[in-house]
Amino acid sequence: MRLVDKRTKVSRRGFLKGGGAATVGLVTLSVGTGWIASPDGAWAVGVKTLKPETMQTLIQMARDIYPHDQLGDRYYAFAVAGYDEKAGADASLKGLIEDGVAGLNSAAQAKHKNRYAAVAWEADRVALLRQIQDGKFFQTVRGNLITGIYNNPEVWPKFGYEGPSAEKGGYIHRGFNDVDWL
Amino acid sequence: MAAPYDLNDDKVVVVVGSGAGGGTLGTELALKGIDTVILEAGGRHEMDEFVNDEWASFSLISWLDKRTTSGTWRVAKDFSGLPAWIVKAVGGSTVHWAGASLRFQEHEFKIKSVYGDIAGASLLDWPITLAEMEPWYAKAEDRMGVTRTNGIPGLPGNNNFKIMKAGADKLGYKECSTGRMAINSEPRHGRGPCQQIGFCFQGCKSGAKWSTLVAEIPRGEDTGKLEVRANCQVLKIEHDAKGKVTGVVYADKDGKEQRQKARAVCVAGNSIESPRLLLNSASNMFKDGLANSSGQVGKNYMRHMTGSVYGIFEQPVHMYRGTTMAGIISDENRNDPKRGFVGGYEFETLSLGLPFMAAFLDPGAWGREFTSALDRYDHMAGMWIVGEDMPQETNRITLHPTEKDKYGLPIPNVHFDDHANDVAMRNHAYKQGAAVYDAVGATRTFPTPPYPSTHNLGTNRMSEKPKDGVVNKWGQTHDIPNLFISDGSQFTTGAAENPTLTIVTLALRQADHIAGRMSKGEL
Repeated sequence: MRLVDKRTKVSRRGFLKGGGAATVGLVTLSVGTGWIASPDGAWAVGVKTLKPETMQTLIQMARDIYPHDQLGDRYYAFAVAGYDEKAGADASLKGLIEDGVAGLNSAAQAKHKNRYAAVAWEADRVALLRQIQDGKFFQTVRGNLITGIYNNPEVWPKFGYEGPSAEKGGYIHRGFNDVDWL
Repeated sequence: MAAPYDLNDDKVVVVVGSGAGGGTLGTELALKGIDTVILEAGGRHEMDEFVNDEWASFSLISWLDKRTTSGTWRVAKDFSGLPAWIVKAVGGSTVHWAGASLRFQEHEFKIKSVYGDIAGASLLDWPITLAEMEPWYAKAEDRMGVTRTNGIPGLPGNNNFKIMKAGADKLGYKECSTGRMAINSEPRHGRGPCQQIGFCFQGCKSGAKWSTLVAEIPRGEDTGKLEVRANCQVLKIEHDAKGKVTGVVYADKDGKEQRQKARAVCVAGNSIESPRLLLNSASNMFKDGLANSSGQVGKNYMRHMTGSVYGIFEQPVHMYRGTTMAGIISDENRNDPKRGFVGGYEFETLSLGLPFMAAFLDPGAWGREFTSALDRYDHMAGMWIVGEDMPQETNRITLHPTEKDKYGLPIPNVHFDDHANDVAMRNHAYKQGAAVYDAVGATRTFPTPPYPSTHNLGTNRMSEKPKDGVVNKWGQTHDIPNLFISDGSQFTTGAAENPTLTIVTLALRQADHIAGRMSKGEL
């Protein structure tokens, strides 16, 4: 049976939108420079409208809402990067996000003496999310993740999904019926 | 006369909509030499424009004009603005359908007689029998190139089908095959064979799948007697002082109002827009909308008892490879009240891509319980259940009391509540579907709730007596002799079978009837 290679293909070009390209060499979370980045410089997200800590919280929230251990942070960063530009154009969205994150951080502070993104254990962070899951902030973030995460062609091979097929001649010669374990 | 037609030409037949009903009817009339104009609200997107991308295709060809929902159905909660997933383009929903082409069973034309009285349901017999439909079913199957008819071989089974078949065999189901599909298994009628592309729902890029876009309308246009005007949304049907229809008002591609005269109007806008158009055409003479003396326009809306079962297996499946729906188990389609419900259902293979799976597997769900399922996406097999849902008067399309579309006309609201029979049938089907996958060693199975409705039926139903429905056995409205309904809104019952074959069959039969009436000077 033809299997799909699920290993991450490192792409040299930055794929992040709404904040600019990722460049190798950018270092850790840097407040005030308008970027947040991964420690290894593999990705970066621009933050011109939202506070850097807000974007970092959104990235952690994204993973906690739809956790996939085989997906690196870059895919979650990609999924929420667009909020910076959208919040710049929509004041009520900006308010929803900043207030939502502030509320989440208060709850985290009260229970764990830490802001949300610094609460160490997933189970504890998920419990905080359950408290707000019926609210507009959570539902907005969750709803947008459905396409933000799963409509990313770079994510597809990680799940064994191959995307467009017609341009490759369909599956008639590429294993449409090759199941071999029945 | 020949296409293109003048707006003041009152000798043309106007068909509203270009899908399974309108596209087939318009083509058949043109083939008989009758001057026909099809007005299609959507744009014309040929095969080369189709995209193998679920969300991009959804944006390109879906009906996205605003609709509201109400009732206890889960769609109203999870997808409140999307009661139906249907197409707005030339070809209508035949562009994105899966191709399953099944005839109704004999009893499904007379469920009131066979099932008796079901509390809360508005059961009614069709004014036609299966025997009367058979000659046209045969014509439709030949026309559409349905596999396992007319000497056409069945499609080969893909991975998803092979899992279903292995489970069916183990459970003792006897009626499992790759089904009757309007998809070429070999070259036929100038179209090539299936390439197992796996994006049937996004428009067939090989041309193997029958649609009115590729297989009907071009033939009609070649006669010179068919004009298809795309991006033309019909707003109102007009009538004279005698109560006869005189033409339609529509918004053209620039949004300007135009008036096309007609000798007859045939409405085929699918089961939400068709009743909406009749209701929005209310006048002093017809205060409740056109053809609505019975009050039944918009009522008895059916969407089939549906739902899905997905199974996860130890080993990979890659269910997305190949046809989306060439696989069926028919053993449960019989009427057998001993199971706890009347009517029956079919199991049909179904695959969604990862993007749609995330959206529809369990709408609203989040966290590891949900993501652990998606993690096994390439180990999933899937099936869709199509069952007969009970017509209820309260399931209906109504005009929204306040919200209007961009032309100033009330938008439609779709109200739906499951009937107890629907729930009992669905629960039985979930259990049996899971059993099919368990028999092959599934490690986890999911019952998935109904998607936004792809089968929309019954809102201008056929009836023997005018007080019980909207149209007679020919699809002619009881109230207005030159106004016809030509889509699935005619259905008196939903049956356990996918509707397209029956819609095409009724359209071919209606074309014969209209041509006959015209030749006798009656239309």
